[in-house]
Amino acid sequence: MNTAALGPPALRDPQAHARAGALVAAIVVLWPLLVLAEFKPWVLFEAGNLKVMGSFLIGFLPPAISIEFLGLLLAATLQTLAMATAGIALAWLLAVPLAFAMTPSLSVSRIGPGNAWRRGRALRGVARMVLTFLRAIPEIVWALVFVRALGLGPAAGVLAIAITYAGMLGKVYAEILESGDTRPARALLEAGSGRVVALCYGLLPGAAQELASYTVYRWECAVRASVVMGFVGAGGLGQLMDQAMKMLNGGEASSILITFLLLVLLADALSAALRRLLA
Amino acid sequence: MSLSFDHIGLVHPNGHRALKQVSLRLAAGEQVAVIGPSGAGKTSLLRVAGTSVRTSEGRVELLGANPWQLGAGGLRRLRARIGMVHQTPPIPPRLRVVTAVLAGRLGTWSTGRALASLLYPADIHGARDVLARLDLADRLFDRCDRLSGGQLQRVGIARALYQMPELLLADEPVSALDPVLADAAVGQLVAQSQATGATLVASLHAVDLALKWFPRIVGMREGQVVFDKPAGEVSPAMLHELYAAEGALLPTQGGASMPLPDAVDEAAVEGARRANVVPLVRPGCR
Repeated sequence: MNTAALGPPALRDPQAHARAGALVAAIVVLWPLLVLAEFKPWVLFEAGNLKVMGSFLIGFLPPAISIEFLGLLLAATLQTLAMATAGIALAWLLAVPLAFAMTPSLSVSRIGPGNAWRRGRALRGVARMVLTFLRAIPEIVWALVFVRALGLGPAAGVLAIAITYAGMLGKVYAEILESGDTRPARALLEAGSGRVVALCYGLLPGAAQELASYTVYRWECAVRASVVMGFVGAGGLGQLMDQAMKMLNGGEASSILITFLLLVLLADALSAALRRLLA
Repeated sequence: MSLSFDHIGLVHPNGHRALKQVSLRLAAGEQVAVIGPSGAGKTSLLRVAGTSVRTSEGRVELLGANPWQLGAGGLRRLRARIGMVHQTPPIPPRLRVVTAVLAGRLGTWSTGRALASLLYPADIHGARDVLARLDLADRLFDRCDRLSGGQLQRVGIARALYQMPELLLADEPVSALDPVLADAAVGQLVAQSQATGATLVASLHAVDLALKWFPRIVGMREGQVVFDKPAGEVSPAMLHELYAAEGALLPTQGGASMPLPDAVDEAAVEGARRANVVPLVRPGCR
């Protein structure tokens, strides 16, 4: 009816200007950032640099495969897996209630009586701030703090992972829950169901796959993060890597890197299996 | 009074005014159809009745209570007594049909029972019985993403029937069904109201369905109630006026729109109501 009154619409995308503007803005912002970051990839291919990098990498070959070292590697791998798994499990326990509190589509007060929605919104803001705080401080800093309190060893790594990753898991859980179809949960709340039930019947069926694969991905990140934390004495593969690098033992370092590759492949397979299970 | 609206108004956050000075009173056990062109405010009216939105003006009373003056717990208990059939069923595709139906009673079940029912359905018999009324008993353990749009819409109806609400609201409950199934599904809603004494309010696009099944018809246009009459007193002239903005075509359940008669023909409406055929035909064609 309205279009008839205004005549046929012009055959030109009305968003063209806005899109071109966004492109120009992106270049204007990115260019100085690249200059600031001394981004000069062509330096990589200068003859001298290639030679230096080449000789460094050749030092990594062949991978160390002595029985004694493989025994150490296995023990360190198990320690790393234990550290990552325990850390993620603790992080999950922290993240789930915070994400649950933060998801607006599970808010009853938003469709409730009186001014309770103000309190609900404030509470979601607090949960968001807690999550931001948890993940704003890198795990390596937490590890340094906890190594002082708990001494050298994986316990410090577990706590460091738990705190930082709780912040990441909670934020992304809430975003995954919010990004799907939220009507089922809202309809259940409007039919008098509770929040937990609305989550389980309304949101989880649609979000379970994404939640599971993000959790496994974070577990994979925790495995890798344990390298960095090993450098500060939190045990596991990282500590082994630290020793190998300090002793300029490239063969051992490459064995450790291959172990990492296998662990990432394992995480990938686990994630794919979980997605199939939850499909 | 099961539902009482007193001069309610509703303005959406985007500034669009959906309801103007709507007053409506329904006694317990009444069956009312709300008809009118799209954008008339039918869905908004039902959303107010379903406590989904708060009105900007006027007084709302549902099942004897002002929902927005109850405490959080009181509002939750009131909501459990109000059932809503949504036009697009709000059912996650991965849910099984049985779970989707049982979800109707989540307002009255304890959290423990609700969670246990996800592991093993708590009331398979109840779900099967209600699905059987909608000719869907064989899909009990299918996943909802295996269903057609029409089947999913009937699962949505089954959920509301299983809830056994005292106030049963239905927003275009049969928009995705073919005429035969649509007729049967509306019949089930009416039968539920008659059997349980629930008040039924359904918005319907198909005028013939409304006239056939509902003793009371509310006509809405541009956010206002244009008429509120027993079905027997709804004349073609009133329908003509109601749908004037839609090119004077009268929507019916076959999907085809019938041209409106130029002259009032009471007998045609009355005959259609009895015979369940398209109610309005050109007088010259008869």
